[in-house]
Amino acid sequence: MSNFFDKSDLTRKDVDNIVSDTLKNCDDGELYFEDLKSESILLDDNKIKSSNYSSDLGFGFRAISNEVVAYSHSNEISKDSLKSSSENLKSTLKSSKGTYNHEIPKTNNKFYEDINPIEQKSLDSKLEVLNKVNDYLRKKDSTVKQVTASFSGEQKSIEIIRSSGEALTDVRPLIRFNVSVMLEKNGRKETGVYGIGGRQSYDDYLKNDNWKNVCEEALRIASVNLDSKPAPAGEMKVVLGPGWPAILIHEAIGHGLEGDFNRKKTSAFHDLMGQKVASEGVTIVDDGTIDKRRGSLTIDDEGTPTERTVLIENGILKNFMQDRLNARLMNTRSTGSGRRENYKHIVLPRMRNTMMLSGKQTQEEMIKSVDKGIFAVSFGGGQVDITSGKFVFNCTEAYEINNGKIGSPIKGATLVGDGPSILKEVSMVGNDMMMDPGIGTCGKAGQGVPVGVAQPSILINKMTVGGTKL
Amino acid sequence: MVKNQEYLKSKASYCLELSKKLGATDASVTVGNSISETVNFRNKVLDESNRSDSLAISVETYIGKKKSSISSSNLLDENLKTLIEKCYETTKITPEDEFNSLPDQNLLAKEIKELNLYDKSHLENDKKIDYLKELEDTASKDEKIVNTESSFSENKANFILANSDGFCNGYKSSSFTASCVTIAKDEKSMERDYEFTSRCHLNDIVDPKNLGKIAADQTIKKLSPKKIGSEKISIIFDKRISKAFLSSFAGAISSSLIARGTSFLKDKIDQQIFPSSINIIDKPDLIKGIGSQCFDSEGVKSETLNLVKSGILNNYLVDTYNGKKLNLKSNGRKDGSTNLYFENGKMSYEELININSRSLYITETIGHGTNLVTGDYSVGANGFLVENGEFKYPVSEITIAGNFKDMFKNLILANDLDFKYSVNSPTMIIEGMTVAGK
Repeated sequence: MSNFFDKSDLTRKDVDNIVSDTLKNCDDGELYFEDLKSESILLDDNKIKSSNYSSDLGFGFRAISNEVVAYSHSNEISKDSLKSSSENLKSTLKSSKGTYNHEIPKTNNKFYEDINPIEQKSLDSKLEVLNKVNDYLRKKDSTVKQVTASFSGEQKSIEIIRSSGEALTDVRPLIRFNVSVMLEKNGRKETGVYGIGGRQSYDDYLKNDNWKNVCEEALRIASVNLDSKPAPAGEMKVVLGPGWPAILIHEAIGHGLEGDFNRKKTSAFHDLMGQKVASEGVTIVDDGTIDKRRGSLTIDDEGTPTERTVLIENGILKNFMQDRLNARLMNTRSTGSGRRENYKHIVLPRMRNTMMLSGKQTQEEMIKSVDKGIFAVSFGGGQVDITSGKFVFNCTEAYEINNGKIGSPIKGATLVGDGPSILKEVSMVGNDMMMDPGIGTCGKAGQGVPVGVAQPSILINKMTVGGTKL
Repeated sequence: MVKNQEYLKSKASYCLELSKKLGATDASVTVGNSISETVNFRNKVLDESNRSDSLAISVETYIGKKKSSISSSNLLDENLKTLIEKCYETTKITPEDEFNSLPDQNLLAKEIKELNLYDKSHLENDKKIDYLKELEDTASKDEKIVNTESSFSENKANFILANSDGFCNGYKSSSFTASCVTIAKDEKSMERDYEFTSRCHLNDIVDPKNLGKIAADQTIKKLSPKKIGSEKISIIFDKRISKAFLSSFAGAISSSLIARGTSFLKDKIDQQIFPSSINIIDKPDLIKGIGSQCFDSEGVKSETLNLVKSGILNNYLVDTYNGKKLNLKSNGRKDGSTNLYFENGKMSYEELININSRSLYITETIGHGTNLVTGDYSVGANGFLVENGEFKYPVSEITIAGNFKDMFKNLILANDLDFKYSVNSPTMIIEGMTVAGK
């Protein structure tokens, strides 16, 4: 555990006094220290293109009075700097008359170990794996024209100091391994990307030459795309494969169920609590407690332990995801969903691992039931307009379905739909729920945080597919 | 106050000297400080204030053709020493890359042009609040507007870039940004839209009444959208979308993509990729330009480039590393384009929207549907159906798709260019794209 101010002129008593003095007339707030050690190593175009190590230390000081949030952050850790932040907060909340809520729940459950993945594996051995990846792919297939492979790893240590001197700490490891391959055949170029990651050591992912599986998967996706034809355009049935395609749930539904948008009534879901928002059989949870997953957290960035929050149960909207601020203003409790990218950002209610649970049908039944449609296996990125509820996804691997059979691969298909109505169009839920491989980063208000998703195969009755073939 | 040049220079030279002493053959350091103050408003009351004071240093060390880098926000000498030692040790075991090197000395910027990028004015938070009050009062006038959010941000920055070839330079810059997001509601729908202004100088930002009114008007117009059928149709791109085409174009001609062979514009130098009426210019020395720079992040001087002249591609955006790989000289574009724009077309906006009896006018795209390897383009979109020059009704939940190679060749521009951002384009029309709807 790093001690955040042992190299400064601050003592713990100074810090506690400044925090208590600043927050005395506030409803909430805290001082957040963060120490982030991170590395990234990139192989590209046959060479180690970059190796970077970064060490970032800083604090963010937050004071809340009613709905107003005052925030100040700096990476100069000293008495002067902390005091000037304190003055800045006090001047924003001049006339504040809040009552500080000291209650913060605690558990002893930890969902990952206090490790530093960067130091656990030597740089030499990481370079060796990246070079092996490059050689393996280029030898394996002569159409391989470009290989990019990367490691990124970090250890983030945090300490949250609340008024009254209460301190909460967490040490969070996170790694990611990624391979991208570009193929060229008859003048046509296509890429395939695959990656794995989570909150444990590199070796846990790379044992038994597991890196080869990652290569194979990237290569397979690129090969499929090389034989793809233009996507159809228009409204049709869509079968989504299990696992990563759940980012559609994340974008289309998840964001709309975050507390801030609902408190502000800017979400299309804000007046639908207790109502039917999805077909029967659709249950969606947001779970921060799954061991070593990318989206898991022992405590959130306000110190609240994470939990498994049921968002939609058998089609009925049950809960929103809350941080302390939005929970207080909506008369409910935090679900441990308060997150921030780092000390430079304010806390917002965010997703952790968002999952649609398994149903009873098989993927085979779904495909068989479709006369004309598409089967989407993997997505690149997606985006949602929270207010109108409209969302968009780009397929990176998809196939036509004709008369109940999977046909040719299609390229460049975009799926567009309406968040609040899409779940009502789900007509079959598969029995094959799967987690994604641990690669998701969710963006909101300019802040990226690691997240996970999971779902079984599902059949959606009607979606607009945006291809070029009419 | 942001840290002064002397302080930043002392940190930079400490790092350079230490790197050299450890045995690095070359080194380069960037050290910067930025302070920003932001006030957010929501429904006419204060929602959030945010003060940010950020220090950042990054060091690259070379041993011959080996290179690695570190970065940190902790500028204490003791911390820097540990990190630079680590960087040097990492460099030793990193494989050689023949193209690694500092920029050619004769390409380094010799003089710093006065581009007037720094405005020392400071707007107290109370004054920011006054601006936002006026803005939201105007934005919320119409009763269809049910929610307003706005933000005012002031940013001051200073930096020094130094390398072991003796380059040591930097300058201050500032920006003032105001934005407004409004939500409108009617019986059938709820829609969101926005407007923002960002300038180096406080006096140049849009006045609050205007900003609020534009955001509100744009949002109300979007209410009760319809979905249209799938068809081939001419698409008019509003300026805020047409400028995104320029950004994609700039991405596709970046030397890193060209060198890796992963751009659809590879090997297209001296070829006709746009109609002969099209010129694209990248101008780094625009006075008070929000994308202006005296040199790039390697210290290489940057001059105006006619990237596309009469439809023919003239230049890539080249940095040192990829330049060496492609046998080209860096043109000071390590960080991409600077102030990038299409020159005006010949047609007025009115003439442009009247070209076809029926077309689709796009004001917003969503999703990441741009593939620079193949040029494939497929995004979700909102906009309006235009018939005989008239906006008939709003359209949403559709996608538009095509390929940049074809889209570039069929592009016509209006003559309504203005310089609001770092990338600017007139209104644009492209014939015969595919729309997917119901």
